[in-house]
Amino acid sequence: MSRYVLRFGVLGYLALVLLVPVGFVFYRAFEHGFAHAWHAVTTPEALHALWLTLLIAAIAVPVNTIVGVILALALVRVRFPGRGLVNAVVDLPLAISPVIVGLGLVLLYGRGGWLGGLADHGLKVLFALPGMVLATMFVSMPFVVREVVPVLREIGIEQEQAAETLGAAPFQVFRRITFPAIRGAVAYGVVLTTARAIGEFGAVSAVSGNVEGKTQTLPLYVKAQFDGFDTSGAYAASVVLAVIAIAVVLSLRVLQPKEH
Amino acid sequence: MATDAVALERPAGAGWSRAGGGVARGVATGYLSLVVLLPLAALVWSARSGGLAELWHQATSPESMAALKLTLGLAAVCAAVNAVAGTATAWVLVRDRFPGKGLVDAVIDLPFALPTIVAGLTLLALYGPGSPFGVDVAFTRFGILLALLFVTLPFVVRAVQPVLLELDEEMEEAASSLGARPFGVFRRIVFPNLLPAVLSGVALAFARAVGEFGAVVLISGNIPFKTEVSSVYIFGQLQSGNGSGAAAVSVLLLAIALGVLLAIGGFRRWRTRYDRV
Repeated sequence: MSRYVLRFGVLGYLALVLLVPVGFVFYRAFEHGFAHAWHAVTTPEALHALWLTLLIAAIAVPVNTIVGVILALALVRVRFPGRGLVNAVVDLPLAISPVIVGLGLVLLYGRGGWLGGLADHGLKVLFALPGMVLATMFVSMPFVVREVVPVLREIGIEQEQAAETLGAAPFQVFRRITFPAIRGAVAYGVVLTTARAIGEFGAVSAVSGNVEGKTQTLPLYVKAQFDGFDTSGAYAASVVLAVIAIAVVLSLRVLQPKEH
Repeated sequence: MATDAVALERPAGAGWSRAGGGVARGVATGYLSLVVLLPLAALVWSARSGGLAELWHQATSPESMAALKLTLGLAAVCAAVNAVAGTATAWVLVRDRFPGKGLVDAVIDLPFALPTIVAGLTLLALYGPGSPFGVDVAFTRFGILLALLFVTLPFVVRAVQPVLLELDEEMEEAASSLGARPFGVFRRIVFPNLLPAVLSGVALAFARAVGEFGAVVLISGNIPFKTEVSSVYIFGQLQSGNGSGAAAVSVLLLAIALGVLLAIGGFRRWRTRYDRV
């Protein structure tokens, strides 16, 4: 009996907080028909916002993946002073508000900031692509590291040492032994990184300047359309983002290691 | 998930990592300094540039204090709800059997994947003016809480689930064969084993709730002294050109975030206390 109470309590909670809201985006977007929604997401502004969102992700995700693997290797396989500190810094983006991230970038690269002079030398960071990429890299940094670190600890170093004694060069050991073992974790981390990179709102919004057709990503576009009373545009763009989110969730399922 | 990082230390250093160790270390610290630490240092620097008295004055202005109290209060309620709902959800997902369980397990990750602004928009449409359910919680504290519950839903579930999976059911069987009632088994056997994981998840959910912006900004209405949370207040200060005021409040939030991370580290060590020799 209590089992059923618990089961339906949990399912009811999930439905109210999670499923019904997500389903409702689709209802709202398509309530005036598919053509209407299609029209709303194919305006030049919406398409530019989508393109910019994908471009930022296409820069931030590979950088965070490569650096993330290196960071994980450094944290697990290398002993160096300050390793505990590095470990703590990796978790920071999970705990601090994205608005603070954006604010930090504004104060660093803005007028009077330490690196504010870059703008005078032709490198515009704020209200331009570099600032938005930096904000995205900041918030999506921990995911690959956090997925790879436990796997590296789990596999240990015996195989790597064996390969080495058999004469493998350092990079060969990484390519033939280490990487195949962490591949699944890397893929999982990449998916999480991509989701965060595409969906980031607070940090990007603080540094972008939010110029329609120029520095507006898709989440910013959703907010702008809503503020401008173009709710069908906002819902249509939301559906695009929700579809990406659902694809992410499905790929996490596929990539999930068996023992989970 | 982030909370699952194993605290077990293994001996370091196969040959390639000795060779590449310096490079890896350099890349790691260089990237973190440039991308993460430098902006935060600039923020702290800017907050204290007018002197500590000015920082304190900015951070403790009545509007900022009202926002901070609201933020911490809501985050605490959100963390408490998650502690119960998240543990119950993890329990149902691990111990219960019903058709469609795999699907339910999968959708738990949706809040991680769905952009926060989309979450805010849909919650406003569903539980705001013109709601199909006839409930209107827009521009109220309950509305904000709902948004926070949405975005923090996975943390406790994903922290508790692996621990519950690993938990040996023989202990529980032994307890009930010795006459313990179901609730007694939960309280004396299951709960103590889950507690460190629950607390890690709760701490992450709390940190996320304190900092959340995208999901909250639409549904809260941002009425000063009533429904304005700290992240929205900071954003407003930044937009109106008061960067140092925004930085002053941010320093407080940053300190809270650091405290939460320290606590999580503590819970992690506690959880793995028997794994270490």
